[in-house]
Amino acid sequence: MLLRLHDVAKTYPGTEMAVLRGVSLTMVAGDMLALTGESGSGKSTLLHLVGGLDTADSGVVAIDGTDLTPLDDAGRAALRRGTVGVIFQQFNLIPSLTVVANIAFQARLAGRHDPDLALALATRLGLAAHLHKYPEQLSGGQQQRVAIARTLAARPKLVLADEPTGNLDEATADTVFALLCELVGETGAGLILVTHSERLATRMPRRLHLSEGQLT
Amino acid sequence: MTGSILAALLGHWWRNPLQAFTLLAGLALGTALWSGVQAINAEARASYDAAAATLGDGNLAQITERDGGVIAQDTYVALRRAGWLVSPVIEGRLGPVRVVGIDPLTAPGGVGPVGTTDGAVLESFLSGEGQIFAQAATQAQLPDTGANGMLAPDAAPNTAIMDIGLAQRLLGRPGQIDRLLVAPEQPIRQTALSDVAPDLALLPPQDGSDVGRLTDSFHLNLTAFGLLAFAVGLFIVHGAIGLAFEQRRPIVRTLRALGAPLGRLITLMAVELAVLAFAAGAIGVALGYVVAAALLPDVAATLRGLYGADVSGQLALRPAWWLSGLAMAMGGTAVAASGALWSLARMPLLASAQPRAWAMARQGAGPVVVAGMLLAVAGALAIWGTGLLAGFAMLGALLIGGALVLPPLLALVLRLGQAQARGAVAQWFWADTRQQVPGLSLALMALLLAMAANVGVSTMVSSFRLTFTGFLDQRLASELYVRTTDAAQADAVAALATPLVDAVLPVLAVDRQIAGYPAEIYGARDHATYRDNWLFLRAAPDVWDALARGEGVLVNEQLYRRAGLDLAADVVIAPGLSLPVLGIYGDYGNPAGQVIVTEAVFRQQFPDVLALRFGLRIDPDGVAALRSVLRDQAGVADAAMVDQAAIKALSLEVFERTFTVTTALNILTLAVAGFAILMSLLTLAAMRLPQLAPVWALGLTRRRLAGLDLVRAVVLAAVTGAAALPLGLALAWALLAVVNVEAFGWQLPMYLFPLDYLRLGALALLAAALAALWPAWRLSRMPPAQLLGVFRNDR
Repeated sequence: MLLRLHDVAKTYPGTEMAVLRGVSLTMVAGDMLALTGESGSGKSTLLHLVGGLDTADSGVVAIDGTDLTPLDDAGRAALRRGTVGVIFQQFNLIPSLTVVANIAFQARLAGRHDPDLALALATRLGLAAHLHKYPEQLSGGQQQRVAIARTLAARPKLVLADEPTGNLDEATADTVFALLCELVGETGAGLILVTHSERLATRMPRRLHLSEGQLT
Repeated sequence: MTGSILAALLGHWWRNPLQAFTLLAGLALGTALWSGVQAINAEARASYDAAAATLGDGNLAQITERDGGVIAQDTYVALRRAGWLVSPVIEGRLGPVRVVGIDPLTAPGGVGPVGTTDGAVLESFLSGEGQIFAQAATQAQLPDTGANGMLAPDAAPNTAIMDIGLAQRLLGRPGQIDRLLVAPEQPIRQTALSDVAPDLALLPPQDGSDVGRLTDSFHLNLTAFGLLAFAVGLFIVHGAIGLAFEQRRPIVRTLRALGAPLGRLITLMAVELAVLAFAAGAIGVALGYVVAAALLPDVAATLRGLYGADVSGQLALRPAWWLSGLAMAMGGTAVAASGALWSLARMPLLASAQPRAWAMARQGAGPVVVAGMLLAVAGALAIWGTGLLAGFAMLGALLIGGALVLPPLLALVLRLGQAQARGAVAQWFWADTRQQVPGLSLALMALLLAMAANVGVSTMVSSFRLTFTGFLDQRLASELYVRTTDAAQADAVAALATPLVDAVLPVLAVDRQIAGYPAEIYGARDHATYRDNWLFLRAAPDVWDALARGEGVLVNEQLYRRAGLDLAADVVIAPGLSLPVLGIYGDYGNPAGQVIVTEAVFRQQFPDVLALRFGLRIDPDGVAALRSVLRDQAGVADAAMVDQAAIKALSLEVFERTFTVTTALNILTLAVAGFAILMSLLTLAAMRLPQLAPVWALGLTRRRLAGLDLVRAVVLAAVTGAAALPLGLALAWALLAVVNVEAFGWQLPMYLFPLDYLRLGALALLAAALAALWPAWRLSRMPPAQLLGVFRNDR
């Protein structure tokens, strides 16, 4: 079992309404699912819990057989380095590093940097001519491709993509989405894609909708 | 409309209270040190003026003994009879108080508290047990004299004025006069002074206070330090204003898009800054008062010890310094803000508004070019500049030029570090540190200036201390120094001492003009004391033998520099006698020129000058017994005999106190720089989240990130410290070889003190680590939700 969520609940301090209420979900390796929902429905929160970026109030979040609930800060950091890869809507590249250093960054943290794989990914994503540029010198679409390459170069078991095409125009979004699905599919990793786009969600093999803190 | 615009603009400070605090605190601290120094200077100058006004010193011509001795009562009477309108004065000390005795009946108008025609005051001044005029604080320090204490708030500090008869009694010097004040209006027909009293010399009146001129360089040094501290504070202000304006670019853009006129926006922002500057200036002036009040006693002690200038230990709120403090705060803010206002005025309406863009823009080549020009100016001034102002201009150009070089230097070092880095975290660390440099550069420049000033001044002070103690060992070779009151006592001392000591070294001295400069001529006995101990800056071969043969003279460094009397230059000792310079010696702490001739030449040229002071060479164990003999058999007062150890201790105490203020200002400047780093790190902490959050998301813990932030601050401080060392040494050289020569007339050898520099470097690293500790601790404890906020799509 790649991912198991059981009865997960989360409420942010200072708010009365629970963001997630008894969410349960399972995924096996290679599963690719789209997660949709209104703004504020808890999609990003769910992704953050799975990615070890935040902790649930109750319930079980287990990845590859490891329960995240008892993990401390260092344990969750190790999970983020080695097991999951997160792609953000805002790209969140490291501005002080070049494209090639950004792509290699997480893989090197995880201790499995493969320069050939990184170069191959960059080439597949159309970044070969931009390897020594800094993120601020790239367009939005190019930056998102760097973010995808960075995640895949670390060969995570589960890829979490939070609105990866939200900042891109439709044509670019289609290209990036296709590349993401294709490359994740080739690695055999699982993929959770959070999106507002019905058009993209319908192209995913599996689709879940989050409403009022519950999956439907 | 103005109200709405103001509300929108002022909202920035409410939302960024730390930035407002940084701006206010930076300006207030800079102003505090500046106005504190100005307050001290103003107090000292007021004291000099009070002394001049009270005693008429300097404004009147004076008559003194040529050899500096006392004037006999008979000589005074003879002068009066010969038509000279002169008035006797005696001076001395009763404990810490300077006692000045005057004759109110003959004193020229305006001298002392009774120099008026008020008969009632005069009568009480002279009647009964007498009266002592002084400030309340001075009265409290006087022993019980039996005289009536009269409060005189305008009297000079630590000075008591009384009738000369009372002063002679209290000082134990009956019938003695130190000098004669010469009334401005003299009879047309009077006998020439040389005919009535050939041993006396007439000194013309001087413009301004003598002490004021003597201490000018000391005050200029203090002012330079105040200015440096203010400059460090201004770096903080510049950084805070630049960042605040950059963060407000979106507001300005929006307001302009909504129709607010650019001119009014700029005006309102300028007014807003002026109000902030005024508030900070007021706080700074108040803090400056505290600084000055804390430092003034040491400054007063220094001025008394070094120059004999009495300065009040009480601080008054004089408009001169607090107005200058406010003006500096306002002016400094205007300078610091002018660039930001100008850039805002030229900002296109649709310009993007990223704070990092502002920071990165600071990395252009402009500062490097300006730095190069300033360093070139400093070099040119070092080679061709003359005068004290040129010396300080050189220091300013050197320090600012050095500060501007720092950011590109840091970038270079960090680039090298990045090139050497192997791991992903190490590579990110160096790259991220490079990115932080623009935001921290102003604070680091402040640290550089503070550290360079510390290195420079500590090198100067330590070099001075080493030279001075060596100099004292050379010059204070005699074990006992004795001062006699007259020729009979001098003869008695010489006769009694000769069989008991290894050598009697008479001090023969006379004041003369040498090459147009006031100087003292000394007659030295040919003795091993001089031959073995004195070191020369420059000397002819066999200098002591040549001196003993009367073939030349020795001059001190001051006279050599002022009058250009190099080796072999002829010095006119007396009419018809001109001797070449055989050697030039260091004479630290003496403002006057000095010439040394052999004893025989001196006695031949100045047969009337008697040796009233002696240096006695004796086994140190025999000093106490010798003192008893001289006291019991020659009537020498205990106070007139000073042993070597006491003089050295006193000299060193004066020396240490002289630099207490400098050290305090140094530490305060370093503290201001530490504050600048803390404020910059705290300001950057909020802006850095978008850079740190992805790294955290990719698998680094908050604690590790916080640890790296600490290391980053230490690395930056270490590179800054390494850059500060050569800059500080250049500063030390400039102080020792240029400023000192211009200010005091002597050049000091420069010594290096590696251990001191290591200690200072460790202190700077500690300051940087402490400054980074709080922001790092906050990062290590930052809730994940705050970091996740960076990733929220709808933020």
